[in-house]
Amino acid sequence: MSDEQLYSISIEVNGERREALVPARLSLVDFLRDTLRLTGTHVGCEHGICGACSVLLDGEPVRSCLMYAVQADGRRVTTIEGLAQADGTPGVLQDAFCETHATQCGYCTPGMIVAAHALLESNPEPAEHEIREAIGGNLCRCTGYQQIVDAIKLAAEKRSVGAAGK
Amino acid sequence: MSAADYKGFRYIGKKRRTKEDPRFVTGHGRFVADIALPDMKHVALVTSPHAAARIKAIRTDKALALTGVHYVLTGAELCAAVDPILPGVDAPRVTRYPLARGVVRYAGEWVAAVVADTRALAEDAAEKIEVDYEPTEYVLDPEKAIEPGSPLVHPLHGSNVLYRRKFVWGPVDEDFARAEHKLALRVRWGRSATVPIETFGVAAQWDPGRQLLDVWASIQMPKYPDQTARALRLPGNAVRVHFDVDVGGSFGVKRGIKHTVLVGYLAKKLGFPVRFIEDRLENMRGGDMHGPDRIFDLQVAFDSDGTIRSLRIRALDDVGAYAGRSPLQLGKPVGAIVGPYQIHSVEYEPISVMTNKTAQEAVRGFGQSPTNYALETAIDRVACELGMDRIALRKKNFIRKDQFPYLIPSGTSYDSGDYHAVLDKALAAADYPALLAARDAARKIGHLAGIGISSCLEPSGANSAFEPLFNPKNETTTWMDSCLVRVDLSGAITGVMNTSSAGQGHETLVATVLGEVLERDPDTIRVVHADSLNALPSNSPVGSRMAIMLGGAAAGAARKIKAALLAIAAHNLNKDVAQLEYHEGSVGVKGDAKQALSWAQLVEIAHRKFHQMPPGLEPGLQAKFVWEVPTGGALPTADGRVQMYPCFSFEAHVVLIEIDPATGQPKLVRYACGHDCGVMISPDIVHGMTYGGIAHGIGAALYEKFAYSDNGQLESQSFMDYLIPSAMEVPAIAIVDHCTPSPHTTFGQKGSGEAGYLGAPAAIACAVNDALAPLGTTIDALPMTPLQIWTRMQLVRTGN
Repeated sequence: MSDEQLYSISIEVNGERREALVPARLSLVDFLRDTLRLTGTHVGCEHGICGACSVLLDGEPVRSCLMYAVQADGRRVTTIEGLAQADGTPGVLQDAFCETHATQCGYCTPGMIVAAHALLESNPEPAEHEIREAIGGNLCRCTGYQQIVDAIKLAAEKRSVGAAGK
Repeated sequence: MSAADYKGFRYIGKKRRTKEDPRFVTGHGRFVADIALPDMKHVALVTSPHAAARIKAIRTDKALALTGVHYVLTGAELCAAVDPILPGVDAPRVTRYPLARGVVRYAGEWVAAVVADTRALAEDAAEKIEVDYEPTEYVLDPEKAIEPGSPLVHPLHGSNVLYRRKFVWGPVDEDFARAEHKLALRVRWGRSATVPIETFGVAAQWDPGRQLLDVWASIQMPKYPDQTARALRLPGNAVRVHFDVDVGGSFGVKRGIKHTVLVGYLAKKLGFPVRFIEDRLENMRGGDMHGPDRIFDLQVAFDSDGTIRSLRIRALDDVGAYAGRSPLQLGKPVGAIVGPYQIHSVEYEPISVMTNKTAQEAVRGFGQSPTNYALETAIDRVACELGMDRIALRKKNFIRKDQFPYLIPSGTSYDSGDYHAVLDKALAAADYPALLAARDAARKIGHLAGIGISSCLEPSGANSAFEPLFNPKNETTTWMDSCLVRVDLSGAITGVMNTSSAGQGHETLVATVLGEVLERDPDTIRVVHADSLNALPSNSPVGSRMAIMLGGAAAGAARKIKAALLAIAAHNLNKDVAQLEYHEGSVGVKGDAKQALSWAQLVEIAHRKFHQMPPGLEPGLQAKFVWEVPTGGALPTADGRVQMYPCFSFEAHVVLIEIDPATGQPKLVRYACGHDCGVMISPDIVHGMTYGGIAHGIGAALYEKFAYSDNGQLESQSFMDYLIPSAMEVPAIAIVDHCTPSPHTTFGQKGSGEAGYLGAPAAIACAVNDALAPLGTTIDALPMTPLQIWTRMQLVRTGN
């Protein structure tokens, strides 16, 4: 291996404290994928445009390809794997993506769901233009976005019904 | 099968969740970059900074001195050890190797490969490799490249022309002489591609004990294992490609032979697993996945009443510095060269030319969308010339639904369709009168607004007849696909498919079809992807073929299973098969519900009770079905007539566009698409691909271009300058379905994998030109970027 200097980091990932020694230049996405083997987060462009690598950092969507792992030290990261229910079954938003067939190849999907999740957390009843804006930084080459927009609308409805029932 | 029978299906055509979605939404897809093999090393590339140069020297010592760097491979070593990849046409001296051999032919071409513990280290080392180049002459303009005296991309080939032929189908000269009007136009399709969000990647591992190369790749390539083995000088059964890798989008481009030969060679030589995942820059510059880049010169002969008599089409396609199957992308349109129109004769001159640019590869539609754009632009020009309504002109020339099967001049017979009905549905969905009113109201207040219409075909079923058409030495007429179905002792059904998937939902397709035929719940059926050593033959999901070919193969295998179950029941119930009926997996005597054997009983007999098996029936419960593309199997005639693909889907697009007069920024205000792909097996999947195809077409029409500088540098090599439409550029789209079943397929289905993309660029271009019409100007090249539109408006305004 190389003789790069390593730094100690401690990140809460999907509710679990993860500690590691990493080189300063290791990107957050490479840390998640290669070190932690959380391969649900994908790499599409590595220059912050496509959004495939989106994760939540303290609840806010960020590009994990544009961050170093050391920058996430002491922070809270949620990946697509952390958005499922406790038993591993899809969450409401993930289930809505299945219902409307909002995926094709599945490559942009995790980043898209992360962006949509962040939207619904801050805006539970988004209008269509707000949905499109929220996923405007996530490129999809398969779907033309329509069934993704439909999924997010459906998830908003289901969440609002669920919230009303509580 | 009639459209009415469509409603009789149990699972086909119904709203159902797919089998693939759950793993993708939870982050449990398994893509090539997710595959981590023990002790795996990583590759980074050194690439050419020049459009053309001789390589004088490569110094690798500084790179090799770095800790964690294992090897540097150059073309000198690799090219001596592997065989070249040849183009799809007869040009044996146009050779391609994974790494440049002595010369580079485009900026971005791979020159050396570094292998290191991590990708980051490999990149560090790549930066320390010094290459001395001697720049040479290059050519970028395809029209200059075909001229004598042009710099030659491959001097040994003696010319930059890879393929050129003039086809004449029918009395073209006579039809032109008789026609009351003629017009000529030139349009240009810009260099763009499918650009999946996942780049190409491949991992390989050599097993010296078994003498076997295992390959995992993000791949969509006919005969990929075979071509890889050949280039590596290995027997076909020494390469095992694992098709159970999820492919993160392809739409044609993920051919990856050069990537795989490189990585396969390294894995075998070095003795540890090697992986190469392109970064975006490597992908855009050297991934060899640019799409068609075409200049069309068209002449149209027509009469005052709007009858289009004849066409002359010259298509000059710039394939870049190397060619795989790309010249053949001029061949597929032969099968729909008159579009949906009754046109009596056609002259077609395809010219495939090499330049010093990144190589072209297959792109969604395999050359059909550019051709559709050219044809539809010509139709609009005729309407304009005659002062005739564009819709009326199309309808006048459409093949009528009572004329099928309809033989077009180039020798292909269209299977079925109702073009008038589909266009009417699209117009109704768009509310065409309201669209006209909206356009005219926008114009009244000084905005630029235009309506675009297109109507075109999606040839589907992929028989690859362009191979023998464009290369008489290639007598390939077999283009089969297959499915294996097993019912295990527990009664569970497994379908085995023989290729990887890139988002087309093949597992859902196979499960739906097996469920339909065997009357079993598709949710209980598992579908797996074989590896290439235990796979039945497949030609991979190209040319909108899998609903037809894999769907047909799954149905064929399921029917064999059903026949076996009936035979077992007949033997045990002591009846003739004709006296029995099959219902949801059990078999009983007609009219006597008590005399029946359940699915579980039949399965148990097949697996355990040989003494109860009818003589001659194979024990166990499994069936394979391998079949040739319907209507396929014939070589082209001497004058180049051929049945190109069996099935023809149809789509009609209606678009309203508004253009910001200050910035040239177009906005798609309304978008409707009428679509007829016969019986839809999974409507959500068909609609999804159609929406996606339209989005991709919006990119090709308005935003996406691999632009080159005058010195041959790719200027759009990141997503900051190669602009893929986002959810903000793609509008809400109304798709209206129509169903004209195909007579050639199992359930009446046709292909749909290229839907949307085949007509969207034509419709959008037409809308932009309608918007510009009041200014008295047109744009005849794609993409019609905001800058291009703005520039054109400025030229008109300044009178310059």
